Amino acid sequence: MLTRRTLLATSAAGLAAPSAIGTADAATPKNVVVQAKAIDDIIGAFDPAESYEGSNNEGCGNMYRKLIVPDPANADQLLGDLAEKWDVSKDGLTFTFQIRRGVVFDSGKPLTAEDAAFSLQRVVKLNKTPGFILTQFGWNADNVEKMISAKGEYVLELKLPEVQASTFVLYCLSATVGCVVEKATVLANQTNGDLGNAWLKSHSAGAGSYRMVDWAASDKIILETNPHAAVKPHIGRTVIRHTAEPAAQLLLVQKGDADIARDLNADQLKPIMSSPDFSFAKADQLMSMYLGLNMGLPQFQKTEVLQAIKWAIDYDAIAKNITPNVWSVWQTFLPKGSPGSIPDNPFKKDVAKAKALLAKGGYPDGFSVTLDHAAKSPYAEIAQAVQVDLAAIGVKLQLLAGEQKQVTTKMRARQHQITLMTWFPDYLDPNSNTQAFNSNPDDTDATKLKLPAWRCHYYDKELTAEVEKASKELDAKTRMERYAQMQRDSLERSPFVFLLQNAEIATMHKGVSGIYIGLLPDYTRYAQIAKA
Amino acid sequence: MSASRLRPALGGLASVPVTLFGLILVTFLIGRAMPIDPVIAIVGDHAPADVIARVRKELALDEPLWVQFGIFLRNMAHGDLGHSVMTTRPVLVDIGRFFPATLELATAAIIMAVVIGIPLGVTAASRQGSRFDHVVRVISLTGQSVPVFVLGLLALLVFYVKLGIAPGTGQLDVAYEGVVPRVTGMLVIDALLADDWDSFWDALSHLAMPASVLAYFSMAYITRMTRAFMIESLSGEYIITARAKGLSATRILWRHAFGNISVRLVTVLALAYASLLEGAVITETVFSWPGLGLYLNVSLLNADMNAVLGATLMVGLVYVVLNLLADMAYHLLDPRVR
Repeated sequence: MLTRRTLLATSAAGLAAPSAIGTADAATPKNVVVQAKAIDDIIGAFDPAESYEGSNNEGCGNMYRKLIVPDPANADQLLGDLAEKWDVSKDGLTFTFQIRRGVVFDSGKPLTAEDAAFSLQRVVKLNKTPGFILTQFGWNADNVEKMISAKGEYVLELKLPEVQASTFVLYCLSATVGCVVEKATVLANQTNGDLGNAWLKSHSAGAGSYRMVDWAASDKIILETNPHAAVKPHIGRTVIRHTAEPAAQLLLVQKGDADIARDLNADQLKPIMSSPDFSFAKADQLMSMYLGLNMGLPQFQKTEVLQAIKWAIDYDAIAKNITPNVWSVWQTFLPKGSPGSIPDNPFKKDVAKAKALLAKGGYPDGFSVTLDHAAKSPYAEIAQAVQVDLAAIGVKLQLLAGEQKQVTTKMRARQHQITLMTWFPDYLDPNSNTQAFNSNPDDTDATKLKLPAWRCHYYDKELTAEVEKASKELDAKTRMERYAQMQRDSLERSPFVFLLQNAEIATMHKGVSGIYIGLLPDYTRYAQIAKA
Repeated sequence: MSASRLRPALGGLASVPVTLFGLILVTFLIGRAMPIDPVIAIVGDHAPADVIARVRKELALDEPLWVQFGIFLRNMAHGDLGHSVMTTRPVLVDIGRFFPATLELATAAIIMAVVIGIPLGVTAASRQGSRFDHVVRVISLTGQSVPVFVLGLLALLVFYVKLGIAPGTGQLDVAYEGVVPRVTGMLVIDALLADDWDSFWDALSHLAMPASVLAYFSMAYITRMTRAFMIESLSGEYIITARAKGLSATRILWRHAFGNISVRLVTVLALAYASLLEGAVITETVFSWPGLGLYLNVSLLNADMNAVLGATLMVGLVYVVLNLLADMAYHLLDPRVR
C-alpha cells in the first residue's frame, strides 16, 4: 500500500542514495549539539513522577540522578549512583542507602537523603501513570512517609510492607521514577498542592549533567549544562529538534545542520552505513516486536496451532530483508540485555513441520484470520511478510492497517484476532515483561491487570502463580532460574510470537562522537558528545 | 461612505455562531467516534487500571455523550478549551504559540501567489491560445496536481542538498534559537522589531522555501481562476465598446476587464488564504514548521481531543472571519451596490 509516509520514505531514500551529495562541515555552532529526533511521543512532560515515554525519560535521565543505575556494560549488575552503598536486611523488608556526599543540585545546594525520600514519596503521592512502579510494593499516600524516610542527613531508609525480591525493588529505583529532585525548589514552585508537578513538566531541579532551558511539544527541547554537575558535558548546550520524518533527519545530518539523527530507518541506514562521512552509535534496546494471537479464537486455544505459526515464519528473512541493522531476531519475552534473558531462539521457518502441527491441532486445511498492524514502516512490510509465510501453511491473513493508537485500542478491547505490536518494559527488572506476557489472574473484564496476557485471553494459572513467586524470591540466582524456565514455557505454549528486538542507531555527522545509547531511553546520555 | 453598504455583510454575522456551533458539534462527535481511546492517549498503553479509571472520570468520559458535550460547551464559554495532552498546556496557550508560525507562512505564501498569479492569469487570458497561455497552463496545472510533499521534498533536495543555497527545515538555525524575544510569534517580524538583522535574514531564508512551495500551489489556483474570469470578462460587450472608443489595450485589460472581475477574485483569494491558514499540514510536516497544521496533525494522531477541537475551532474561525471580510469587500468593490 502506498501511503504518504511510505512515499516520503522512499523518495527520501532516493535523495540519500547518490553518495555524491556533499557533506559540508558541520554548520551547527561549536558550543551547541543539535539532535534531530521525533519527540512527539512525549506523555507527561518532564516531571520524573509522570514522565512515561522514550523522549522524556531520556531527557530526565540527563537532568537527574538516581540512587542506583544498571551497569552499562552488564545490566545484570547494579551500580550505586547517588547511593554510595546499600544494605538489605535479612528479612528483605528494610533497605538502607548511604547517600554520596558532595553531590550538588543545579541550584548549588547539596543533595541529601531528605531530597531522595521526598522524591520517592511524591511519586507515590502523585500516583501518575508510572506511579505503579513504586506503588506495586505496597506503598501508598498514607504509609509512604513512614516507610520511606531520611534517617540522617545522608542515610535513606526504605521499608517494605511485605517481602519482595530485593533486586526487583532496586531495579525499580533505577527507573525514571527514581530520579531525585530538589525538595526545596520543587515545593517553592508548588501550585494547589501539586508537589510541583505542573512546574516540573517544563523545568528541572536535578543534579544531573543538564538542566532544562525550554521545551515546546513537537518542536524542541533545549538543555544546558548544570554548572554544579559532577559530570559536566563537553558541549554546553543541547538542542533536540523535533523532526518527524526520518527522511528529513537524514538530510539534516548529511548537511551538518544536525549533529546527530536519532531515528533513521533501515532503508536510510543501508546506503550510508559504510560511508566515512558518518559515524554510528548502536545499542540494543529492550523493545520487542511480537504477534499477539487472541486465544478468544478457538483455533488459538490449541497449542499445536500456536506452535505451527511459530514454525511458519521466516524470522531471519524479515530481519535481513526488511529491518537490517535496526531489528534483529529475538524470540523470548525478555530481550537481549535484560537481566534474566535467555538466548533461546528455537524457531525458524519449517513449512513441513508447521503444516504437520496445524493438522495435529485439527486444522489441516488452515483457516482465515485478520492481522492488525500500524500503517507505517517497518510494521506494514513485516505484516506482509508474515502474510506470505502463513499462506504457505494454509493460514490466510487479512491485513488491517491502522494508526498505532487505533491498533492498541483494539487490542486492549480484545477485539483483535492477531495483532502486530511492540512492547518495552516499564523498568529493567525482568518482572515487568514477565508479568506482562504471563500474568493474568482474572480473565474477565473486571480485572485490574489488563496486560498483553489478558488482552490475548492467555489465562495460564500456573504461570500467573509463578510470576508472583519469582517477584518475591529473595535468592537472586534462584529468581533468575525461575525467569529462564518461564521463558521456555512461554516459547512452548504462549500465544505470543516474539519476532524481533530493536536496536537504536544514532547517526552522527563526520567528526561528532560520544553519544551513549542505553538499553532503555532512561540510560541514554549526552554528556560525552564532542565535536572535532 | 460605507457603513450602510456594509450592513448586509454584517448581517452575515448572525450566522457565525450557528456555523461555529455546527462545527464544534461535528468535530466533537467525530472525536468521540474515533477508534482510539483518548484515555490511552493521555496515560499510555501500560498504565494500570486505577489510573485509567481516574483519568476517565476526570475527563467525564464515563458520562453520556450529551453531558460531555454540555461540559465542553460550558468550559468553552468560560474561555477554557482544556489542556492538551501532548504539550500539557492549555489549548488556548498552544494555539497562541503555534498559530503565528502558520500566519507567517500563509501570509508570505499568499503575497507571493497573488503577485505572480494574477498577472500571469490576466496575461494568459489576454493572449488566449498563444504559446504563453500554454506555458502558463502547464505551470499552473503542475502546481495543482503535484502533491505538495513531493514538491517540498524536491525543493529540499535541489535547493538545500544539491545547491546548498537554502537552509534546511525549521524556522531558524539553532545558533539563532531564542535570541530574539517573542512578541508576535512571527519570527521575521519579531527580528525586525528587535532590530536584529542577522536573525531577520536567517528567519527569512528559512521562510522562503516552504512559503514558495505553498505559494506555488496557491498561485496555480489563482492563475487558473483569474484566467477563467478574465476570458469571460474580455468577451463582454462593454469591452467591445471600450475598444470601439479607442481606449488603449492596457487600459481595457486592467481597468475595464480586470476591474470587473476583482470582486469575484476577492472571494477566491480569501478562500485560498483561508486554506493556507488552516495549517498546511503536509508542508509544515516536511519542513518541520511549528505551525497549526503540525499541531493539528500530531494531536489527531495522538487522539489529543482537546487540542484537535481547539485547533479545529480556530480553523473554523479563520474561515468565518475571512468569508465575512470577503463579503464586506464585495459590498465595497461592487459598483452595483453603490
